[in-house]
Amino acid sequence: MEADQTVPGRPLEADPALADSLSEPPQVDWEAPTDLAPTRRRLLAALRTPLGASAAILLGLVLLTALLAPLLWSGRAEAIDTSNLLAGPSAQHWIGTDALGRDLFCRVLVATRLSVLLALAATGLSVGVGLALGAAPVWLGPVAGQAVVWFIGAAVAFPGLLLALFFAVIFGASQTGAVCAIGLAGAPSFARLCHTLIAGVMGRDFVAAARVGGISRGRILFRHVLPNVAEPLVVQATMGAGGVLLSFAGLSFLGLGVKAPAYDWGRLMNEGLSGIFIHPLAALGPGLAVVLAGLAFNLTGEAAARSLGLAAQGGYVAGSLPARSARSGRTAARPPAPPPAPAQREILTVEGLRVFFPGPDGPLQPVRGVSFSVAAGQALGLVGESGSGKSLTALAVAQLIEAPGQVEAGRLSFCGADLLADGPRLWRHLLGTSMAMVFQDPMTSLNPTMRVGDQLAEVSRQHYGLGRRPAWRRAVERLAAVRIDQAERRARQYPHEFSGGMRQRAMIGMGVMGSPRLIIADEPTTALDVTVQEQVLDLLRSIRRQDQVAIWLISHDVAVVSEVCDRVMVMYAGRIVEELPVARLRHDARHPYTRLLVAAVPDMTTDLAAPLPTIPGRPVEVGQFPPGCAFAPRCPAAVPLCRRRDPELEPDGAGGRVACWRAGQPWPAVDWTEAAP
Amino acid sequence: MNAAAEAISPPPTVDGAGPSAATGPAPWRWATALWRRRWVRFAILRGGRLLVSLWILVTAAFLIIHLVPGDPVRAAMGITAPAEVVEARREALGLNLPLGEQYVRFLGGLLRGDLGDSIGSRLPVGQVIAQRLPATASLAGLAFLVAVLVAFPVGLAVAVATRGGRRRRTELGFATGSVLLGAIPDFLLGVAFVSVFAVGLHLLPVAGRGGPATYVLPVLSLCLGPAAILARIVRVETLGVLQTDYVRTARAKRLPPHRVYLRHALPNAVTASLTVGGLMLSSMVAGTVLVESVFAWPGLGSTIVSAILTKDYPLAQGVVLVYGVGVLLINTVVDLALAGLDPRSTVGAS
Amino acid sequence: MSRLDFDQVSVRFGAGRHALTAVDRVSLTVPSGQIVGLVGESGSGKSTLARAAVGLVKPQSGRVLLDGRAVPTSGRRPLQMVFQDPNSSLDPRMTVGESVRELLPPDLPSGQRWPEVRRLLELVHLDPARARAYPAQLSGGQRQRVALARALAGRPQVVIADEITSSLDVSIQGAVLNLVRELQVELGLSILFISHNLAVVRYVASSVAVMYQGRLVEVGPSATVLTEPDHPYTRRLVAAIPAGPGSGPPAPAAGARSAGERSDPVDPSDPCPVHPLAKESP
Repeated sequence: MEADQTVPGRPLEADPALADSLSEPPQVDWEAPTDLAPTRRRLLAALRTPLGASAAILLGLVLLTALLAPLLWSGRAEAIDTSNLLAGPSAQHWIGTDALGRDLFCRVLVATRLSVLLALAATGLSVGVGLALGAAPVWLGPVAGQAVVWFIGAAVAFPGLLLALFFAVIFGASQTGAVCAIGLAGAPSFARLCHTLIAGVMGRDFVAAARVGGISRGRILFRHVLPNVAEPLVVQATMGAGGVLLSFAGLSFLGLGVKAPAYDWGRLMNEGLSGIFIHPLAALGPGLAVVLAGLAFNLTGEAAARSLGLAAQGGYVAGSLPARSARSGRTAARPPAPPPAPAQREILTVEGLRVFFPGPDGPLQPVRGVSFSVAAGQALGLVGESGSGKSLTALAVAQLIEAPGQVEAGRLSFCGADLLADGPRLWRHLLGTSMAMVFQDPMTSLNPTMRVGDQLAEVSRQHYGLGRRPAWRRAVERLAAVRIDQAERRARQYPHEFSGGMRQRAMIGMGVMGSPRLIIADEPTTALDVTVQEQVLDLLRSIRRQDQVAIWLISHDVAVVSEVCDRVMVMYAGRIVEELPVARLRHDARHPYTRLLVAAVPDMTTDLAAPLPTIPGRPVEVGQFPPGCAFAPRCPAAVPLCRRRDPELEPDGAGGRVACWRAGQPWPAVDWTEAAP
Repeated sequence: MNAAAEAISPPPTVDGAGPSAATGPAPWRWATALWRRRWVRFAILRGGRLLVSLWILVTAAFLIIHLVPGDPVRAAMGITAPAEVVEARREALGLNLPLGEQYVRFLGGLLRGDLGDSIGSRLPVGQVIAQRLPATASLAGLAFLVAVLVAFPVGLAVAVATRGGRRRRTELGFATGSVLLGAIPDFLLGVAFVSVFAVGLHLLPVAGRGGPATYVLPVLSLCLGPAAILARIVRVETLGVLQTDYVRTARAKRLPPHRVYLRHALPNAVTASLTVGGLMLSSMVAGTVLVESVFAWPGLGSTIVSAILTKDYPLAQGVVLVYGVGVLLINTVVDLALAGLDPRSTVGAS
Repeated sequence: MSRLDFDQVSVRFGAGRHALTAVDRVSLTVPSGQIVGLVGESGSGKSTLARAAVGLVKPQSGRVLLDGRAVPTSGRRPLQMVFQDPNSSLDPRMTVGESVRELLPPDLPSGQRWPEVRRLLELVHLDPARARAYPAQLSGGQRQRVALARALAGRPQVVIADEITSSLDVSIQGAVLNLVRELQVELGLSILFISHNLAVVRYVASSVAVMYQGRLVEVGPSATVLTEPDHPYTRRLVAAIPAGPGSGPPAPAAGARSAGERSDPVDPSDPCPVHPLAKESP
């Protein structure tokens, strides 16, 4: 990955415009909305992908053949040639002839219309019946609706072909019978899809809002629900048509579908199978047509689903989350980073840390040169809004960024070990025992299929080579140490039997299985209630006090960080914009962003008479960082210089660091009530 | 894996967190305690669901003959059959009785293993099925095994190899291959196999059931499609599991990769795949019908096809019932596997 | 304007052994033209109470009264609700203007409907030109403003705001809070403002009600309840609020804290833990 396209802090050169720009009045930009393309444009974009283009061409060919072939080649397909019975492939008959000497290639082409029409009819029947059944709770009321849903659930357990056979018994072996059989057989799965989709939309708050607003049931169904389920439904029906085409061919192949003299692909295969010894193409030719047409419908649906961002059944919408994994590299030829604040017995030193992820237009850099250090026993906070890069910074320091993400740094050392010089393999023991991680969501951070005790004991077994029993005893002891009652019993339980606060304490217990020097806690209390939050913070504080463990607490909440930490770093758009002692946060912060962030969040001492200060605009997104200071477009103190040059993080003369051209300077009064975000 | 075996033994209680300890008379407390054992609860809930599904299946099979438009007996015997013969046949089938009584007689017959007589051959339906079932069951069972044994390791391996956008070419090849293989219907695969391996290369028998060699082509054509789709599902689910927070936790514990994949990712990936792809496996039961037709396999498939063509309703009824039971059995096996792997799934949420 | 009364409202979900009493005999008054804050932790029943007020869930017992008359639970309601997540509370397939227009009174002449939409958007400080935008084109804070405008379109006498700032970025929630205070002053609205964040409630509400496990445990003027809480649970809740920056060095942690977080401050065997204050209207 290209690392050289990054923009390191440019040296400050003499700027004649500097004096002028400082006198200019600050201005606030109205943000540009990110325009989400409407359906039609996204579908057109899908046509430009290789999958979308080939699927559309294939489907176009199939439909064109269905339309034209019976007009053009009916005669040849019906022409009986007794001199050429069961002939093999020749220049005249590309895939040979059948038992009456009729040209098979033409017959395959002509059969397209009937095959496709029957498949579409059956699909239509499936969708219609499915929609009616799936919407039952809406039009039948809850009780009867629930019965229908329950019935759908039972019917879906049976495979479509079995249902088709069941209905074929009833309707008999005929063309119409087969359409009914396959259509009804497909109905349960469509009904379930409709029900899931409709229930999903009905559960959304905009439907609740419409109900509260007195909008009628019918209008809600047609104005709010159906438009929101139509897209996935059409996509699924398109894919379903591909499947129905195959099923129909199957029934005809068994002799239960189309009857002579009419013929579809399944029937042609059936006739071809008897002659498979003489020339297999008679059976394989129509088979190939079936597969191609099936693929045409299937892939078109899939391409549409991808472009509309729908997760197809069993499909995978790629690119929703950056996968994690990584190679780390040392930044080459980087200007020396500003020296971190002097600290004794540093256990973690980070210089010029950058994180890259591939983006649609070249690599994105969500973390852009972060330098700091943590001393033994220190509690350092990192504050930032969502998207500021704070969690990625934590993952990068912990060497947990996975490919395609990439980490670069001038220096990254932990407990005196250079994490960049040697691979993670070498430092596995050190990191596994001395660096503990606590993540945001305790509901998902523990393995749901493993006992909590085993998940803790694993650490001791892996890194200290303890046997099963000693490791288990250690796990129970640690669970008790993080204030979990009845630790012996709790250790045998699974995570879903724990409450949120207990899970987070178990995560901390997992971290203290070794002898940690640093606990990295990434939003450890965001998912918790305030009283539980206090217990978790309390636990972190007491671990720090007892064992001289350093804590690096990452949060969006300034108040939480100032509860626990001595110093705090403020991050915006992938950079640290200010670092300062917590005591200075309220009244002596220098960066406008820090000052606004502290003031904009009400606490128990906020002045009730005045409106809250607000930060206009919204956080910049990764990849849209402006050339100058990333905060300049929202900054009430910004001057033209701010928009051109990005300030370096430099000592502020009061024991902190700040990156701002106008650090500590006042800005003109703003009417907060009108400054709308 | 020791711990995996351990995970299957029941935990002491299911809901220790709640203060809602059983407080009531002794029998009630005993029942509550039993209910709290998750395997007992699972057996009751899952068994109940199986019974209900069976009842629906049996009732649907019973209704077949009554749902046929027109007069089923007349349809079966042809327009030329004299009216009194038709009437006698109808009387013999019990179709003149009230519907409720017919239902009770049908259920009673089922309990005795009596499915009535075939209209065509006059043989007891149970006897015809008993004769044909082993061929179909062995075919479906083998295909089920092969599909599971191929799909899970392949899907997992490809997922690990292509995680985080690695090895784009492998990913593309696998995706294309599995989509194509999944799109080819089993009977067409069978025809292709016959023309290549039996007719072209003379490696394997063309049709019929005999020694092990005769099984190769039918089993392959039946299981390849489902295996390809299932492998794709396994890959997607594994990739999803590899992105979860708990796998990140496992990596933060600095466990070696094999332990992260096998101990933390695999059980969850199998659970998720079975949840999504379980129906794929039971669909192979019905898939036998087409494959048997290609390979002239002497199983239930040809029986039901001819029963439908000759309107032999009692026979068709019986075969549909047998297929349905097969599907329900496989679904139950899949749920059992899920319950063993995932401690949460036994709550019986559905 | 109007006064909203909850009179002994109970909501239960499920039946038999699995029944869950989400709201347990709650009586609360939102006086005319005032903002009442309702606080509590997740699962305390505060959102269920809100949904009961607008008829989205049916109370097992008790009544919801507006100026002494029962609130209609179908058709147009004199109450409107603003939801937590603006991503979910606006129909993604409708433009902002259509969403707001839909809730205007049906008897409003068609010539006045669009001017009214524009007026409402201006009221919540949105550019009226944005009426043609889809929700996806707006930021979270803007969407929440649209949701407020739509609620106002229904000409409500009382607005129920359910955690309307919790899903917003910290730099944006302040602006929405300012707007709520401003609308209350300008339109004289009665507002039931639900939040888990005591500091937020303190800022907007003149009185506060505290819910715990479905019950109302304390009601009173904000200043009193948040500085001199009476009920043990409220005391614990207030004590748990992070002090905020600059309010002195972190206090040394209390020594031995009881371990289980489920240690109830309210004795569950107490048949009526409802505080005497809760029975009076504030």
